[in-house]
Amino acid sequence: MKSSLLVSDARTTKRNKAEARFKAFGLGAIAVAMLALVILLTSVIGNGASSFQQTYITLPVELSADRVDKKGNRDPVEMAKTTTIGYAPVLRDAIVAEVARLGLTTELSDKDLAEMISKEAAATVRDRVLGNPDLVGQTVTFDLLASGRIDGFFKGRVTMESAALDGNTSPDALMIAQAFADAGVMDTKFNWSFFTNPDASVQRPEAAGLGVAILGSLYMMLVVLFLALPIGVASSIYLEEFAPKNRITDVIEVNISNLAAVPSIVYGILGLAIFINFMEFNQSSPLVGGLVLTLMTLPTIIISTRAALKSVPPSIRDAALGVGASKMQSVFHHVLPLAAPGILTGTIIGLAQALGETAPLLLIGMVAFVREYPAAYTPEAGLFGEASTALPVQVFNWTQRSDPAFVERASGAIITLLVFLLIMNAVAIYLRRRFERRW
Amino acid sequence: MEDMTHVDRTMTTQQNIKISAKDVQVYYGNNHAIKDVNVEIEDKTVTAFIGPSGCGKSTFLRCINRMNDTIDVARVTGDIRIDGEDIYDPKVDPVQLRAKVGMVFQKPNPFPKSIYDNVAYGPKIHGLARNKTDLDEIVEKSLRKAALWNEAKDRLDSPGTGLSGGQQQRLCIARAIATAPEVLLMDEPCSALDPIATAQVEELIDELRQSFSVVIVTHSMQQAARVSQKTAFFHLGNLVEYDDTDKIFTNPQDPRTESYISGRIG
Repeated sequence: MKSSLLVSDARTTKRNKAEARFKAFGLGAIAVAMLALVILLTSVIGNGASSFQQTYITLPVELSADRVDKKGNRDPVEMAKTTTIGYAPVLRDAIVAEVARLGLTTELSDKDLAEMISKEAAATVRDRVLGNPDLVGQTVTFDLLASGRIDGFFKGRVTMESAALDGNTSPDALMIAQAFADAGVMDTKFNWSFFTNPDASVQRPEAAGLGVAILGSLYMMLVVLFLALPIGVASSIYLEEFAPKNRITDVIEVNISNLAAVPSIVYGILGLAIFINFMEFNQSSPLVGGLVLTLMTLPTIIISTRAALKSVPPSIRDAALGVGASKMQSVFHHVLPLAAPGILTGTIIGLAQALGETAPLLLIGMVAFVREYPAAYTPEAGLFGEASTALPVQVFNWTQRSDPAFVERASGAIITLLVFLLIMNAVAIYLRRRFERRW
Repeated sequence: MEDMTHVDRTMTTQQNIKISAKDVQVYYGNNHAIKDVNVEIEDKTVTAFIGPSGCGKSTFLRCINRMNDTIDVARVTGDIRIDGEDIYDPKVDPVQLRAKVGMVFQKPNPFPKSIYDNVAYGPKIHGLARNKTDLDEIVEKSLRKAALWNEAKDRLDSPGTGLSGGQQQRLCIARAIATAPEVLLMDEPCSALDPIATAQVEELIDELRQSFSVVIVTHSMQQAARVSQKTAFFHLGNLVEYDDTDKIFTNPQDPRTESYISGRIG
């Protein structure tokens, strides 16, 4: 019996069905992945976007000499004896005066009014005064941080209902805040200090920033880049191009692949044992962090570099050797330039992985509370030897604090971290396109 | 008198022999790829290696500039001399040897660089040019010899990989002759080319004979007959027959050669 091409036979029908099923599974898997990504991003951005805004209160502050310069000689050393506690009454008077100026009536005590301003504000004013003693005796207008609860009110985190149950604020305070905002005294602005401020204590989430963490992460990335890239590329070139193929190189190869799968916390333990206990580098320092992350990143870089070298067609090596280039000339003049895009991509992906790594840093003490900006070099601590934190560890720290304002900060830090990763990946893609050559 | 003629003959032969191979064996691991090859290749001649696939002709060719060194499992024994010097002597640096013995590969493999850089690379790494003018001259001369100058002179800065297949192969030939080699090895240089490009390359090979000893591996017997003066027939790792091309194709001594050229084996 002749079969017709217009009717599909049972076998073909079955095959087509299997194909349709397979496509549906693939589509389903991608849909689930995209959904998870959307949920993640919505939750992180929903929680964290507000951390890039901050509420400030604009107050004229009377810096009377008998409060801030009791000796009256304008000597900064003498004036420094007045601590931030001494500045608290100055601010209290300023906000009470402002309430009076706007003609607001409230049942709040002066102390409650003063609590609408961040505890950090006293330090801000004091630093300004110590920096410029001529301000004493004048009335100067300051942009001061509002307290975390007031800030939360303008971001929708704190409501009249929640304030009624809250020991740190009250509905009356929120009403004053609203009146301030209506009068233009209180305003929400872009929060640059989120990127420049160091971490702050548990009581003042409004002042906490990522400055030290960004600096620490940057130092560590520099250490990783300058150690992992040359070591990784050199060892890949050796293994791929020069090493004899024997049992020893096989063992090395298998071990490198295994190292790539070792849990990162193991590298932390290794770093603690070798770099801190044995070599006695400083704890919590970006140097040790960078070294640990270098160890962790090396397998990634080596594997991707070897793959890139392997993908260079052997005919190019033959061509170079054929005109009398030495092995090294053929590698450095011809193979390496062709492998460069792959190597760069691997390196940047390795760096991105290192940037987001938390566990090993916890073990080497980078989880410490650090308010001093670490210097890149000091004679005592050496290169990158001053205590610091890192971006992912800062996220870890903030999520452990109970104040909801820190949840916002942690999400903001995650967004910052994601943006950095996104930039690095974009750079990787750009470099790949830029250097890719066809043959 | 007879003695005199004998001496005379060896004298002239010695002058003309460029490459001489004695008892050459090549092993790839346990595979005995070349068995007892003895051959003497003359200077300023085109010598063709023919034979069925896998007969070892390319392997033997790669012995002459020690490209087999790059293959870990390959092992070469025996004696190969160029101008009487043993090229497998431990004192010989293969890099120096390869400057003297150029090679053109089966697939055109220009570097992904400009046409100029492709040709200039060899002279640069061997320090053959003292300055840019010298180098320009070498590049032009090589491209002219490879019959590519007219097509390439206006686009020396454009990538060599952008040329057509035949042009790429001629670029590879220009690159090989830029280092002023004494021997040029060609491993099936026309197998990836169309008939017109093939004809151009063959014409080129005939011209190159003026300056070099050319050894060409080819699958095409017509090509061997067209371009070569001497032909060697390889079969299963053995050098079966080596003689003047005319003789091989008209009056082969060995029955295997006859079977191959008449198309019965291969």
